[in-house]
Amino acid sequence: MSETLKVPTMAEYMAEGKKPEVLFWVGCAGSFDDRAKKITKAFVKLLHSANVDFAVLGTEESCTGDPAKRSGNEFLFQMQAVTNIEVMNAYEIKKVVTACPHCFNTIKNEYPALGGNYEVMHHTSFLKSLLEEGRLTVEGGKFKGKRITFHDPCYLGRANNVYEAPRDLLRKLEVELVEMKRCKINGLCCGAGGAQMFKEPEPGNKDINVERTEDALETKPEVIAAGCPFCNTMMTDGIKSKEKEDAVEVLDIAEMIATAQDL
Amino acid sequence: MQYIPNIIFILALAAGIGYFTMNVRKLIRNIRLGKDIDRSDNKSARFKNMAKIALGQGKMTRRPVSGFLHIIVYVGFIIINIEVLEIIIDGIFGTHRIFSFLGGLYDFLIGSFEVLAFLVLVGVIIFWIRRNIVKIKRFWNPEMKGWPKNDGNLILYFEMVLMTLFLVMNATDLQLQELGADHYIKAGAYPISQFISPLFDGMSEGTLILIERGAWWLHILGILVFLNYLYFSKHLHILLAFPNTYFANLKPQGEFNNLEAVTKEVMLMMDPNADPFAAPEAGEEEGEPEKFGASDVTDLNWVQLMNSYTCTECGRCTSECPANQTGKKLSPRKIMMDTRDRLQEVGDNIDKNGSFVDDGKQLLNDYITPEELWACTSCNACVETCPVNISPLSIILDMRRYLVMEESAAPSELNVMMTNIENNGAPWPFNQMDRMNWSNE
Repeated sequence: MSETLKVPTMAEYMAEGKKPEVLFWVGCAGSFDDRAKKITKAFVKLLHSANVDFAVLGTEESCTGDPAKRSGNEFLFQMQAVTNIEVMNAYEIKKVVTACPHCFNTIKNEYPALGGNYEVMHHTSFLKSLLEEGRLTVEGGKFKGKRITFHDPCYLGRANNVYEAPRDLLRKLEVELVEMKRCKINGLCCGAGGAQMFKEPEPGNKDINVERTEDALETKPEVIAAGCPFCNTMMTDGIKSKEKEDAVEVLDIAEMIATAQDL
Repeated sequence: MQYIPNIIFILALAAGIGYFTMNVRKLIRNIRLGKDIDRSDNKSARFKNMAKIALGQGKMTRRPVSGFLHIIVYVGFIIINIEVLEIIIDGIFGTHRIFSFLGGLYDFLIGSFEVLAFLVLVGVIIFWIRRNIVKIKRFWNPEMKGWPKNDGNLILYFEMVLMTLFLVMNATDLQLQELGADHYIKAGAYPISQFISPLFDGMSEGTLILIERGAWWLHILGILVFLNYLYFSKHLHILLAFPNTYFANLKPQGEFNNLEAVTKEVMLMMDPNADPFAAPEAGEEEGEPEKFGASDVTDLNWVQLMNSYTCTECGRCTSECPANQTGKKLSPRKIMMDTRDRLQEVGDNIDKNGSFVDDGKQLLNDYITPEELWACTSCNACVETCPVNISPLSIILDMRRYLVMEESAAPSELNVMMTNIENNGAPWPFNQMDRMNWSNE
């Protein structure tokens, strides 16, 4: 299925002498990972439907350096950071939104000391603000009344204390929100953070994503809602390992809202 | 002759406090072996943190049972220490119950000390049962074998004995008061020891005095021994919890510090006018290049070192750690214990030799293995749950930095990921020019 979305770039805006309201930082997963690309598209559709004046960096975007930093490669991280900051500062960017909590954390917390000062929002917080401004409507649609549990991404929750925005959006979808026994500050990691996404786990007796999937399945959900492309992959793999892929979906909140509106 | 007890008491007190002071100085020196880090900002937020988390036990009750019991023992410990003040004055001047002139207030104080002492005793017994009978998992992890396990129990025995001595002292005092013995003025209320008192019914005045004095002496000597035991045990948290929460990180937990030494190099690389072959400017020392990351305790900062002495090995971090829960070797508590043990080893080395003499050991490999370090998901569960705001994660990260930047010893898959970022700006081997393809797929 091929569809073309209108996605303006910063370069195009610059050529027209305009500045967008917000930069959508797509991130590597959102750009290249087949599953995460669907989240990216869903979020873009929501931005269009709310008439948000946005742009992306496109080919000028590069990895924030998060996985390098958390692996201990401070050099590579800072090279990435400084390069990205140069690009963003050249475009005089003020506000950034991203659907990846890792990009969100890095740009928000670790870029300022290197000269990158922006207002950075996770897409769930951004969507919530659109909702509050009356620019976006969120309705239950096909998720109304469904049992849904939300998996807190570490880099959104504990790392940055954002717990309520994603839940508020889910409530707006009129779902039956059921919490896992470990949630919010006690949420269990999906196993992908700290660059674990890119390596095999150390020897142990279980995979972390399976442990977390069991937490989620205990709530007997129809959908596991996620807010991070890496959590999404880990939970999806966990569901597959439990052979539950026909009964339980793993969806990003942006996808859920877009689907509910038939976008 | 009549001043001999006073003299013995003063000598014991001086020895107890003197030895403790000496060890505290060592402790401070050891902590100062760490690198400098500025935590002098934001004083009001820091005081608030300390008041809420250390003084107010704010994070303890996240686990209601152990949190509640801990508050009882903590409150009891602090308040009963008012009684120690009276004991010290009595001991020095040979008086008995010097504060009894307070009358009704004194009765109230002694009465509440007794109730607290009893509650502490019950709390400590439940703690012992949780450790040894219920065998709560976090007390039985591999790093808790041997000394750490015995240390934990020893402290509980100490508390049990001290509280019992206090109550026995009061019970026999009550008997002596009723007998109208010399010096034993009628003072105080004894809501708990009145029930122990009948055990001593019918004893002669001499025997009662012997028991009362024995309990009094053992109680105060026990407290002095306990004070000096702190330095050698995990129990330093009763003091260090306060500075540790004060100096704890106030930034978002997801924010990792940017290494300044790296920033300098990166800025130099990015500066088109920089001359990489320039000779150092006049007066500028060309020192040793700074070491990146940490392979030993002296590469860590003093807050991290203070963290290690503050850790009381409760194991909440390890029980919340996703890696540990799924059978990996990583245990955040072990990271803290290893850091402390190595720091102590370095400190002892300095005491012995005057200054540090290379012992062929370091924190990395000799204590903490790369396998442990690479198992961390940096999820911050350990940091979030620590009742005194210790950050095992910051040590893990600094050691990873050493492994990667000084030794190029990352797991091969991570090297592939990093090479991808270097070459094409993404952790996977996709061309940067394809970054927008998603928009028309």
